[in-house]
Amino acid sequence: MAAITTAKKRVNRSLSGSISLFALLLVFGAFMVLPLIYAINNAFKPLDEIFTFPPTLFVKNPTLSNFTDLLNLLSDSWVPFSRYIFNTVFITGIGIVGHVLLASAAAYPLAKHKFPGKVFMFQVVVLSLMFTPAVTAIPNYMIMSWLGWIDTYWAVIIPAFAYSLGLYLMKQFMEQIPDALLEAAKIDGASEYRIFWSIVMPNVKPAWLTLIILLFQMLWGSDGNGYIYSEQLKTLHYAAGQIIQGGISRAGAGAAVALILMSVPITLFIFSQSRIIETMASSGMKD
Amino acid sequence: MGMKSWWSWKLQEMKASKHSYVLLAPYMILFTMFTVIPVVISIILSFTYFNMLEFPKFIGWQNYTRLFLEDDVFLIAIKNTLLFAIITGPISYIACFVFAWIINELTPKWRAFMTLIFYAPSISGNVYFIWLMIFSGDRYGIANGLLIKWGFLLEPIQWLKTEAYIMPILILVQLWLSLGTGFLAFIAGLQTVDRTLYEAGAVDGIKNRWQELWYITLPSMRPQLMFGAVIQLTTSFAVADVSIALAGFPSVNYAAETVVTHLIDFGTTRFEMGYASAIATVLFMIMVGTNLLVQKLLRRVGE
Repeated sequence: MAAITTAKKRVNRSLSGSISLFALLLVFGAFMVLPLIYAINNAFKPLDEIFTFPPTLFVKNPTLSNFTDLLNLLSDSWVPFSRYIFNTVFITGIGIVGHVLLASAAAYPLAKHKFPGKVFMFQVVVLSLMFTPAVTAIPNYMIMSWLGWIDTYWAVIIPAFAYSLGLYLMKQFMEQIPDALLEAAKIDGASEYRIFWSIVMPNVKPAWLTLIILLFQMLWGSDGNGYIYSEQLKTLHYAAGQIIQGGISRAGAGAAVALILMSVPITLFIFSQSRIIETMASSGMKD
Repeated sequence: MGMKSWWSWKLQEMKASKHSYVLLAPYMILFTMFTVIPVVISIILSFTYFNMLEFPKFIGWQNYTRLFLEDDVFLIAIKNTLLFAIITGPISYIACFVFAWIINELTPKWRAFMTLIFYAPSISGNVYFIWLMIFSGDRYGIANGLLIKWGFLLEPIQWLKTEAYIMPILILVQLWLSLGTGFLAFIAGLQTVDRTLYEAGAVDGIKNRWQELWYITLPSMRPQLMFGAVIQLTTSFAVADVSIALAGFPSVNYAAETVVTHLIDFGTTRFEMGYASAIATVLFMIMVGTNLLVQKLLRRVGE
C-alpha cells in the first residue's frame, strides 16, 4: 500500500480508493501470472512430475533434463540451431530499424501537416487494419514472386517496414506534440527533416519504444510461413513449432522450448521498460 | 471557382507540401505494394471462382449468396465471432485502460513490475498452449486435477471437446491474452498527459480521482483511446489462433468456429480462394461498421 500512498503527492486521492484499486490490481495480476508460473515450472519438471495426480503448480525436484533433451533433439536436425537463432535475430533487427524509421517519417506529416490526400491516406491505413491477413496471403505471394523475393529474408522483412499498426500508433502520439514547439523550430530556420529528427522523434520516445516492443514481438514470432522454404533460412519459431507438435513424448522438451521462446521477449521488455521510464522522466513534453 | 483553378490551386498546395510527401513516400510505396494491392485483389477475387490452379472466373455475387443462404457453418461462425467480440472487446478495452490507469499511480518500480505482470501473457508469444495443459481432458490437467481433488468432480471432463465449455474457455484465454498493444499504448499515453492540467483542475474544483479521470485524463488521451479501440476491435473480431490451438481445427461440432477459422478452412484446406475472399470481405465490412460506431462513441468522452 505504501507504494501508492507515497507515489504521488497529488491532491484528490482518498486512501480507501487507493487500497481497493491496489487490491483489484493484485487479484487480476494473479490471474495473469499464474499460468506463466505454471509454464515456467513445467519446464523444470521431470516427466513423471508433469504427469502426476493431483497436478502441481510448483516443481518439486527441478531438473534440467528437459533442456538437455531439447539439445539432443535439435542436434538431430541438419541445420545447426544457431542458424535458426541467427535468422530470427537478423529478421527481427532489420525489420525493427526499418519500420521505426519509415513509419515515424510517414506519421509526422500525417499528424502535423496539412496537405491534399492526408485524410484519405490515413483512413486507408486504419481501414487496412480491419482486413484479415489470412486471405491476402495469395496476392502477397504473387507480388513476392514477381519481385523474386520468394525464399529470401526480404519477403518477411520488407513488408514489416510498412505494417499499418506502427504508423497509426506513431501518428496518434505525434498529434499530442504542441504545435508551438514545432512553430518555434520553424521560425529558428529548421527544415522539416530536421524538425522531424531533432524535435518530433525525441518527443515520442515512449511511443517508439512501445513500437519496438510490438514489432519485436511480431517478428520474433514470425515463421516465414509460405515465403521461406529453405531450411537454412527458417526461424527459431518454426523450429520450436516442430518440437511442440511432437506430442506427449516431447512434453518436457516442449515445455523447455516454450520457456526459451517466452523468456527472450520478456527479458527484452524488462530491459527496454527501464529505458522507457528513464526517457519519460527526461522527455521535453512534461512540466 | 472553376475546375481549372481548383486544380491549379490543389497543385500549388501539393507543391508547397513537397516535404510532407517526401517523408511519406517510402512508407506509402511499401504499404501500397504489400497491403493495399493485396487487399484490393482479394476483394476482387471475392466475386470470382478461384481454385488457385485455373484463372479466376467471374461469378458475380454468387459467393456472397452461398455464404448467407447455404452455408450453415458460416452462420455458426458469425454467431461465435459476434459473441466473442461483444464479450472480449469491451471487457478487455476497459481492462486495458483501468489497469494502465491504476498502474500509472504507482511508484516507478512497482509500475515497471505490474506492467510486466499484465503484459507478460501477451508478449510471451504462443504460450497460450499452456492452457491446453491446464484444461487437458485427463486427470493431469490442473483444472480437472484440482476439481477432482476438491471433490467437485468424479471423472475428468473433456473441457475442449465438450461443446458447452469450449467458448467460455476461449473467451477466458483471450481475455488473459488481451492486455497487449492497447495496454502498452495506454501506459505510454498516460505518461504523456500534461501534469499541469491536473493542478489546474484541482484549482478549478475537481474533487476526486474519478472526476479527474473523466474531465482531464480521458480527454487528454483521446488519440491513444482511438488507437486502443481499433486494436481491440480487430483482435476480438479476428480471433482464430487461440481457437485452433485450443479447440482444434475443426472444433467439435464447429463449437469454436469463428469467421477467420472458417476462412482458413476454405482458403488453405479447400483452396476456394474466391469464397475465402468473400468471407474476409464480409468480416471487413462488419469491422468497418463497428469501428465507425465506436469512434462516434469515443468522441463523447469527457463531455
